[in-house]
Amino acid sequence: MGLALLAVIWLITLLSTYFFVAKTWWLPHGASAAAPWIDGQFALTFWLMGIVFVAAQLGLGYFVWKYRERPGSAPVEYSHGNTKLEIIWTTLTAILFVGLNLMGSTVWAHERFEPAKPGSVQVEATGAQFAWFFRYPGPDGTYANVQAKNISAEEQNPLGMDIESADAKDDVVSGVLYLPVNREVDITLRSQDVIHSLFIPSMRFKQDAVPGLAIHMHFTPVETGDYEIVCAELCGLGHYKMHGMLKVLSQEDFDKWLASKEAEKQ
Amino acid sequence: MATTATVHAHAAPQGFIRKYVFSLDHKVIGIQYYFLALAAVFVGMFLSLLMRIHLVWPNYSLPFFGDIKPETYIMLLTMHGTIMVFFVLTTAPQSGFGNYFLPIQIGAPDMAFPVLNMLSFWTTLVSFIVMLAAFFVTGGAPLHGWTGYAPLSAVPSAGPGEGLGADLWIISIAIFCLASLMGALNFITTTLDLRAKGMKLMRMPLTCWAWFVTAILGLLAFGVLLSAGILLLLDRNAGTSFFVPGGLNFTGRLAFPPGGLNPDGAPITHSGGSPLLWQHLFWFFGHPEVYIAILPGMGVASQLLSTFSRKPIFGYKAMVYAILAIGILGFVVWGHHMFMSGMSPYTAFSFSIMTMGIGVPSAIKTFNWLGTIYKGKVRFSTPMLYAIGFVSLFVSGGLSGPFLAQPTLDIQLHDTYFVVGHFHLIMGVAAIFGMFAGTYYWFPKMFGRMMSETLGRWHFFITLIGTYAIFMPMHYLGMAAQPRRYSQFTELAYLQGLMPLNRFITYAAFVTIGAQFIFVINLFWTMFKGPKASDNPWEATTLEWTTATPPPHDNFGGQTPVVYHGPYEYSVPGAPKDYVMQTDPAGVPAH
Repeated sequence: MGLALLAVIWLITLLSTYFFVAKTWWLPHGASAAAPWIDGQFALTFWLMGIVFVAAQLGLGYFVWKYRERPGSAPVEYSHGNTKLEIIWTTLTAILFVGLNLMGSTVWAHERFEPAKPGSVQVEATGAQFAWFFRYPGPDGTYANVQAKNISAEEQNPLGMDIESADAKDDVVSGVLYLPVNREVDITLRSQDVIHSLFIPSMRFKQDAVPGLAIHMHFTPVETGDYEIVCAELCGLGHYKMHGMLKVLSQEDFDKWLASKEAEKQ
Repeated sequence: MATTATVHAHAAPQGFIRKYVFSLDHKVIGIQYYFLALAAVFVGMFLSLLMRIHLVWPNYSLPFFGDIKPETYIMLLTMHGTIMVFFVLTTAPQSGFGNYFLPIQIGAPDMAFPVLNMLSFWTTLVSFIVMLAAFFVTGGAPLHGWTGYAPLSAVPSAGPGEGLGADLWIISIAIFCLASLMGALNFITTTLDLRAKGMKLMRMPLTCWAWFVTAILGLLAFGVLLSAGILLLLDRNAGTSFFVPGGLNFTGRLAFPPGGLNPDGAPITHSGGSPLLWQHLFWFFGHPEVYIAILPGMGVASQLLSTFSRKPIFGYKAMVYAILAIGILGFVVWGHHMFMSGMSPYTAFSFSIMTMGIGVPSAIKTFNWLGTIYKGKVRFSTPMLYAIGFVSLFVSGGLSGPFLAQPTLDIQLHDTYFVVGHFHLIMGVAAIFGMFAGTYYWFPKMFGRMMSETLGRWHFFITLIGTYAIFMPMHYLGMAAQPRRYSQFTELAYLQGLMPLNRFITYAAFVTIGAQFIFVINLFWTMFKGPKASDNPWEATTLEWTTATPPPHDNFGGQTPVVYHGPYEYSVPGAPKDYVMQTDPAGVPAH
């Protein structure tokens, strides 16, 4: 029985570890400025926790086999523990866990403590059951006021902008998020109904969109291409269908696209 | 203490109803809780099987649910989570085993308040019935998840199931909170007031420490959830705005099915509420709740590892302090569920540090469990297999914690299958292994018969391998950014490559769930036909093994036990046997 247990625990451990180490399934390709930092912290955590995982599981399997009861097994060591050992492993664990956390916190601070730098691209993301809308403020740099009572699909006003206002004249609303490469984006998250969460796996970006709040976040795409956007917060029956697309373009193409949308509005 | 016991003594009831139904006996109430949880776990497990089927074969009609609607899966997951957390993980380890064995292990004739005890069980049963009723009302069960985030949970037009179904869900949880508060008071009072002579706090078995601290967590946490639930009910039905901000729009012009959910609905008239307030209140309960689920399992694992290694628990005091530290720190980490919620990033930082802090006492416990086995003499009875499985799962589920505790990594992992894998391993499966360990260990005492070791071993190995096969791959899926709470993975291109792994999980779920019938057969067969158990079949030291099997109405047959030393005196040098009962006046070496 001891041997069976050892075999099962070791096999589970080694098999699980193999698929992690072989990266059979891994983080999606990172295409934002923060991706290498976040992935680096992930890798560090992965290796440290991985070593503890393998050591603890192999140790457990080995101990139950080695110290199994059998004829002639060594007498049990009557011991109530060892205070010195307790202090050592408590201290080591505390250093490991808290240290790991502090190392990762610089990335967090960089991503979330500071607002976007001046000159970043302004875009607003609004979640509604079950779609994402992206709005660009246009040359005036100001978003038109939105109100629930103005929302109308027929009049092409899904956000409920005050259509008559001057600010609304140059606001561009898109179902696809277009962004220029290598420029920071200052994204404002809103929701019209329930909580949604804007998750762009390749950008290492996730933030809840909370009704009643306008949450500012920022990130910098560094590779052109198409990236899927998903909703990561349960928002109702169509949660699984609430997805969108991020298209990262060169600055030139982005300008062209925005200009064409502005032209459509006139 | 003797006077207290006398005051609370009640004669053994005679009629069937007072003996087995409306019983005041903590042992009967413990068994009632246990079977309630057993019924609930099969409901919850069945729902999870339907979920796994739907994820892999999205067009297949589910038994009992007929044609698949987009909301069906979300309702299943909401009810699966709620039933498992409240009626299984909170009910069996604490209210079930705790009720039966806390009084016996501390040498008391019953709980401090037997009537309150009976009331708390029947209240829990009412709560369960109300919860199940949500399936059968117009609109069906709610689809706001077990966390019930507002405004989804606060606005009836947010989706089907958010009408009467959601009201019943909230009412059920409110009733459950009342029951848990009554239970918690009883556990705390019993532990503090009814201990036998010589049963100092630091001589209590670690199971009792776990039940005691869990009761304190319950007392502090369920009150907050009860208040939050009442506020949510008011938001839904009385027009208040605690959790609902102004300017919401649910006209459903974009929602499907075509025509919208609420085509003529006007904008919601609430204003001034905060969706984040619900999250703070919910998780102020919700995080301690995961320790409510796992602490009793830790207690059982400690008890069993010592008993079946024939060795004193390694670092009894450290174990007690670790339980206390987990209890205290458990109340200051709730914000780690909210890193992506819009909460201040500075607040997130401090919650993150606290969360890493709570990893330390958890690690101490793991080290001490390994230290207990080290140089022991391990007996592989089925309860011990489950205790060893518990340690393995606790390590596996615990070590994904430091990933999620770092807000930086939570950016990527939050609300993905990584989280699903993490919490299922640690508070789901590990806690359930604690329950299995407890069942195989205490069944002889509760029912006077020995469960089959052969069936027990089959059950153990299939369940251990099966649960790892289900939940370990979920970490891979989470790293690959597969979002949780998706009823289908058909809509996103990057998820298509993950389907084989998802199918594998569903197959593993079939096998693992199938294996649970081995357990049920073993349980019920043994209850009526199993070989008779002796009073102390495991040669254990704690008080429940000093009394008759099953224990008499007042637990010790008119005797009050006197306790001379700690609970884990195994392999004491010079002792005639390799264990010294707590009631044995023989001396043990000072330590």
